[in-house]
Parts: sequence; structure tokens; C-alpha cells
Amino acid sequence: MSDTWIVIVVVGALTIALKAVGPVLLGGRPLPQHLTGIVILLAPALLAALVVTQVLGGDEEIVLDARLVGLGAAVVALLLRAPLLVVVIAAAASTAVVRLFT
Amino acid sequence: MSPGRYRDGARKVAPIGIAAFAFGASFGVLARASGIQSVEAIVMSATTFAGSAQFAASSILGAGGGVLSAIVAATLLNARYAPISVSMAPVFTGGVVRRLLESQLIVDETWAVSRRTDGAFDRRLLVGAGLVLYPCWVGGTAVGAIAGDALADPADLGLDAAFPALFLALLVPQVRSRQALAAAVLGGMIALVLLPFTPAGVPIVAASAACLIGWRKP
Repeated sequence: MSDTWIVIVVVGALTIALKAVGPVLLGGRPLPQHLTGIVILLAPALLAALVVTQVLGGDEEIVLDARLVGLGAAVVALLLRAPLLVVVIAAAASTAVVRLFT
Repeated sequence: MSPGRYRDGARKVAPIGIAAFAFGASFGVLARASGIQSVEAIVMSATTFAGSAQFAASSILGAGGGVLSAIVAATLLNARYAPISVSMAPVFTGGVVRRLLESQLIVDETWAVSRRTDGAFDRRLLVGAGLVLYPCWVGGTAVGAIAGDALADPADLGLDAAFPALFLALLVPQVRSRQALAAAVLGGMIALVLLPFTPAGVPIVAASAACLIGWRKP
């Protein structure tokens, strides 16, 4: 087996297991009461981390670039209570325009 | 649950489907440039279905970084799916095979759109969103791996900014309570502090620790 296939098979199997661990082992059952308070806060914590890493992330560094303008446009769209589609398009379009002129 | 929900999930994730297709195509192009065959790239997208891990693994292979470092980097990037899948576990019903298959539709974007404002997850939103995103990702990979360099760079179209915008838009309705806001601020700060010092993936996994402020004595 080539190196590439080894990586594909191992990473694929590990990813499938990571995604399945909750639904397969705990599926259909409510979480224990004392864990609910933690799990409910997982979404805001992870979403905030995803925003930060996707807008500033580089190769082990913080990169300030046109994505910040896109996020700014998304903030404005959100303040205007625009629908999700408009928020996403505003971010992409403004980033594209800034890249076009810089 | 009302029967329109699969469609609701599909509709919510549709704008991101376009970006996912473009990034799938750029993964296909990058994989080929890293010496990975078209069929290998497509199989990887179909089985791993997690963009950042695939980009990391193929660029490490392309740079001659070795099998082990490619596997470790990709697994670190995907480690967040353990807490994510545990948080969604209660909504998965049916037999083991069905739960296993449906759980494979969990990615950041489908997880985020399937969370309702009351904090519970909705399996139908997840499946509807996943069934849109999965063919976009795998199909995009195929187009990129086969058509190659003729494609535009998704960054030129600003599509890399679409993802943080989506996550921000989904975060806003989540932070109604003071505790949720605190978890978001803490999670964002952990990610920001670790970003310059740690391999990709670590900041996100570490940020999930912010949810521990919700701990109550059993």
C-alpha cells in the first residue's frame, strides 16, 4: 500500500470513529443531568473559536487580511438583521472586492 | 417534529454548499499538486469528509512530511468531533448502523445549522444539511482533481470569508444567556491565544474547555 493510501485509510477510519462516538455509544439517550450544563455551552465556545481561527488563522500565526473586512461586513449585515444567505454573501463579496484592489 | 425539517436543513446550509464545492475543488487541485492521484483525493473526501484535516494531510504528504505526521495533524484537527458528536448524541435514534451512517454527516457547518435556538439539536436539520454538503464536497473534489488548474482560486472569490461569517451568524442567537456569552468569549480568547503557538486544530479543541464553566455538581 502506498503512503497516500495508508494516510487515507487511517485518517478516514479515525474520523469516522470520532464522529460516531457520541451517536453510536450514547445515541437516543439523554445526557446525564450534570453534563447538560456543560454540553449546552460547547456550541457557543466552539463557534467562537471557529470564527477566530477561520478569520485570523494562518500557519501557526495570526494573519490579518481581507477576511477581516468580510467579517466586518457580516457584523453589519447581522446588525441590520439580514438573513443568513445575505450575511454569508456580504462577507464573501466584500473580501473578494478588497482582494481585487489590493 | 414537523416533516419539513430535512428541507429546512438543506436550505440553511445551501449558501455554504457553494463555498464547500469551491473548496472541495481546491482540495482536488492541491491534492494533485501534492502528488496524490485523483481517485485517492476523491476517496479521501468521501471517507474523511472534513476539509481542514484533508488539506493538512495532503500538504504534509506533498511536502514529504511523512505518513505519521500527516495522520497526527489530521487527527488533531478532527479531535473536536468527539465532543461535538457527544453533544448531538441524544437526537440520534434507530439502529447502530443508521446512527453510524447519519453521524458521518456531522461537520462543523451541519452541526452548527442543526442547533436550534432552544439549545437542542435537530436530527432532520443535520441530515438535510449533510445531504447537501456531502455531494458538494465530494463532487467539488472530483472536479478539482480532474479539471485541475483551470479553476479560479476560491480565495479570489472571498469564499474563505464565508465560513467565519456563517459561524458568527450562527453564534449570535446562541449567546442570549450571560453564561453562553461568557463561554463564547472565553472560547474565542483561548483560540486566539493558542493560534500563534500551536498546530492547527489545537486552538479549537482547547477552546471547547470553555464549556466547563457550565459544570454543576452531580
